[in-house]
Amino acid sequence: ALLFLHPIIVNLNMDSKADMKREKKDEESGGNPYAKLDVTAVLQECRAFNETPINARKCSIILTKLFHLVQQGDNIGRTEATEAFFGVTKLWQSKDATLRRLVYLAVKVLSTISDDVIIVTSSLTKDMTGKEDAYRAPAIRALCLITDAAMLQTIERYMKQAIVDRNPAVSSAALVSSIHLMKKAGDVVRRWANEVQEAASAEGHMVQLHALALLYQIRSNDRLAVNKLVQKFAKGGMRSPFALCYLIRIAKQLIEEDDQADSAFFQFIDSCLRHKSEMVVYEAASAIVSLPNTSPSELAPAISVLQLFCSSPKPALRFAAVRTLNKVSVKHPQAVTSCNVDLEKLITDSNRSIATLAITTLLKTGAESSVERLMKQISSFVSEISDEFKIVVVEAIRALIARYPRKHTVMLPFLANMLRNDGGFEYKREIVDTLIAIVEENPDARLAGLAQLCEFIEDCEHPALATKVLHLLGREAPKTANPHAYIRFVYNRVILETTQVRAAAVSALAKIGAQCPQLRPSIEGLLKNCLLDSEDEVRDRATFYLSVLDMAPAIVNSLVLDTLQSSPAALERAAAEYVENEEAHSNKFDLKSVPVCSAPVAKKAKTLLAEEVAPAKEKKTAANATAAAAERLSQIEGLTAGLGPLFKSTLPIPLTDNVNEYTVQCSKHIFANHVILEFEVKNTLNDQLLEQVNVSLEDAEGEWKALRQRPIARLPYGEPSSIFVLLPFPQSGAVQGVLGATLNFKVKDVDPSTGEPESDDTYDDSYVLEEVELCVSDSVQPLGKASFGPAWNALEEEDTVEETFSLANVSSIHEAIKKVCGLLGLAPCERSDIVPEGRNRHVVMMSGVFRGGHEVLAKANVAIDPNDNSIGLNLLIRCSESIIAEILATAIV
Amino acid sequence: MDFDTDPTSLYSVKGIVILDQDGNRIIAKYFDKSVFGSVKEQKAFEKNLFSKTSRNSTSDIVLLDGVTCLYRSNVDLHFYVLGSSRENELILEALLTCLYDAISTVLRKQVEKKTLIDAMDTAMLIIDEICDEGIILETDSQAVVQRCNLKGDDISFSDQTFSQVGQTFIGAAREQLKWSLLK
Repeated sequence: ALLFLHPIIVNLNMDSKADMKREKKDEESGGNPYAKLDVTAVLQECRAFNETPINARKCSIILTKLFHLVQQGDNIGRTEATEAFFGVTKLWQSKDATLRRLVYLAVKVLSTISDDVIIVTSSLTKDMTGKEDAYRAPAIRALCLITDAAMLQTIERYMKQAIVDRNPAVSSAALVSSIHLMKKAGDVVRRWANEVQEAASAEGHMVQLHALALLYQIRSNDRLAVNKLVQKFAKGGMRSPFALCYLIRIAKQLIEEDDQADSAFFQFIDSCLRHKSEMVVYEAASAIVSLPNTSPSELAPAISVLQLFCSSPKPALRFAAVRTLNKVSVKHPQAVTSCNVDLEKLITDSNRSIATLAITTLLKTGAESSVERLMKQISSFVSEISDEFKIVVVEAIRALIARYPRKHTVMLPFLANMLRNDGGFEYKREIVDTLIAIVEENPDARLAGLAQLCEFIEDCEHPALATKVLHLLGREAPKTANPHAYIRFVYNRVILETTQVRAAAVSALAKIGAQCPQLRPSIEGLLKNCLLDSEDEVRDRATFYLSVLDMAPAIVNSLVLDTLQSSPAALERAAAEYVENEEAHSNKFDLKSVPVCSAPVAKKAKTLLAEEVAPAKEKKTAANATAAAAERLSQIEGLTAGLGPLFKSTLPIPLTDNVNEYTVQCSKHIFANHVILEFEVKNTLNDQLLEQVNVSLEDAEGEWKALRQRPIARLPYGEPSSIFVLLPFPQSGAVQGVLGATLNFKVKDVDPSTGEPESDDTYDDSYVLEEVELCVSDSVQPLGKASFGPAWNALEEEDTVEETFSLANVSSIHEAIKKVCGLLGLAPCERSDIVPEGRNRHVVMMSGVFRGGHEVLAKANVAIDPNDNSIGLNLLIRCSESIIAEILATAIV
Repeated sequence: MDFDTDPTSLYSVKGIVILDQDGNRIIAKYFDKSVFGSVKEQKAFEKNLFSKTSRNSTSDIVLLDGVTCLYRSNVDLHFYVLGSSRENELILEALLTCLYDAISTVLRKQVEKKTLIDAMDTAMLIIDEICDEGIILETDSQAVVQRCNLKGDDISFSDQTFSQVGQTFIGAAREQLKWSLLK
């Protein structure tokens, strides 16, 4: 026997020598031979796949290298990838288990970059039904990835068998692959419901989860079936904690969607709070606290479970608990206060994510009386945490101030203290932003806040922050009792700072001068000193303001106090067009031809706890709707010719329920004298093809008439397309209207699976849509003014349109203001839309631009009658064109 | 694939990453192409992740750019599971434990960069076996190791040291000799 063993040992000896050699080479390249792979070299090596006999170890390493290249995003050409793939097919002959497993992985990895992967279908089908369990599961997953709906039918029988297979790996593989296939071939997968149902009662923990999830997806359109599903499994039979977590999610969804949901669902979730697995208990607790309309007694057990988790030794569990409490604290601050002691312990947690979440939760739930104590606690550790966490703390303080404006006496010194201490730019900026927000929103804190900021710029190392504060001083100082007190702070900057700060200081001086006539002579004196500045930007600004300040109030207003009314990008585009078009040079460049839009709101950077920001994705606003629409409309040939620039686009409004056969939504694109109505139509019937789709509009008043229309020639299933209708604004000057709309089209029946028409027969059909409403606000672009007062006074000689209304269906001043702004399409200025608590009358100032570039200003005096809670509105509107002011007044009925 | 919005979607694992002590990538598999579409985005995230986690203790959790990241380190390796922020953190933790334990079993408890690189093929199979396109496939490390057909005695020769192999053979030979003598 010894003699027989000998050659093998020698062989091994050689192998290990080769290994040592390889290791030596590895160390030279930083220890990781995979880090610096060369694409061509690896592809070259792939030729080894064709050798016989197959060297399993060598091929395994080459395949691993290949996966690494794909993972690194290295570009492998289609021909090369296909060649490598054909090499891989040869490896099927190997009996080496690891290599065979790698082959399945290779099929998946190469499936997207190689051609003809379909050729391995039969090999995979053979392995899937073979005896070797270890090959069956990966073969199923690889096969389902490369297959399509048509081919899936041929292996349908095997899939059904695999789903109910006794081996959990095989069953899970089939179920998960089916979940992937739901998108590609939902109809086929739906036929396997019985098998999936059987698998849901199988032994394996993961099999139960996968089967339950697939079963839910198959039945998700049928509410009754989902209800039954949850009822059945909630009674018992689900042993897997993973599947139970999933069942809780479905139950929660059902309760959320249906007000009259079975109370058994809630009982089921509640009972899960006593499950032995922490995973299930946490899932149940977090489900309960996020449900709407829960009573305090229902909430209490869930909160106490989370409270218990706060002191768990597992960081993941502590994190999960405190994160959930943080979320709840917005909705149910009262309920969370019971955890305050535990949360305070977490402030010193070694995991800083947990610590920060704990602090912010405490700040959110803190009562007005505990603010002082909390601030004291924060100041005890604020110097120990990193800038990033400080920013989160400052954000929480900002939210706290918004809630308790009276507490500014505690917060302002605290923030000022933080501002004086060490910290990076981001952190300082966050504090300055918070202080600026306080000054703007809280008139009581204005003086104290400005004083802190003035002190800050005396010794500020960040020019960006200094300019920000100077800009604020120019705007806010004139509103204070003695604006001259601030001139010293501003003028000190002119003497001491860098160019950009000096220039900003000059602008701030001019703004104060423009709004305070009594200070103008002294300010002009200071500006004259700036004429000798070493930088041209500072000199230019000083010269410009000196010559403008003496002019008429209207000019001072528009040149000194107003900001640019159009986005820089739009202005640039319009200017470039003007320069290129030589014919236009006979006329002057008209700023009114540039689409107006309010100043872009700076996008907030993601902070440490970005989750709260993340789901709120980019919100659709009318402003970027306009920019996108302008781009889109200009690409459609001949549609906007001769209409001038796009003034405004509204967000789409649905004209049908979204469950109907055809869904239509309408957006309005407003031009100087025309409206384009865009009807986006989607055909949701897969057995119909619509042709010659158009819209007929009817106006009962006979004012609005369509000039021309661009119908949809062909509308296949699932592909939305748009009809455009051009309407001129009526001669009468009306801007409001209600148009009845009907969709007309020809229907062709098609084969649902191919989309090919079954015959050439068509029949006419029509479909009544909801009415399209054109309102006053469509013709107005909201545009807030930084300083309303001077602009209002400048329009003094124009007639003021005054109307008085009594508002129905409104219960508070705040609501009334929101409604008025919405109806008029104007933006509130100077944060006058914030109503101080406990007032029963309030004046809101609004501004905007009417179609054609006419500025509109309005003051609304809203008062609530404490006796019967009725709300009265007195509206004053000024515009350089009095007709426009009258049109606007008609908006409120 | 809906990773973030739909609470009933099973797609919840955005990626599985293993980095070395300098933050260099050893294995990185990303499933959520909407967040980690390009290699550039992936590397930027890894860099950020590494700087946030490398100084800290051996096992922990952090929320980064709306991605729940669970991590665990050993000697010169850092293991990460990146999950959707809506996913139950304990489920993600179970996945990380499974990943670590399976690799640890295969590497015979010597979880180090060098041994991992030698068993790179197996490590890739393990990751393929615990997560499929973002759906958690298995969380039991024993089952994973078994499914990869890597039961202790089946591990390929190159992963065992020469003396280990020698000993098994000599042991077997001795047994045989004993039996033949007894006859």
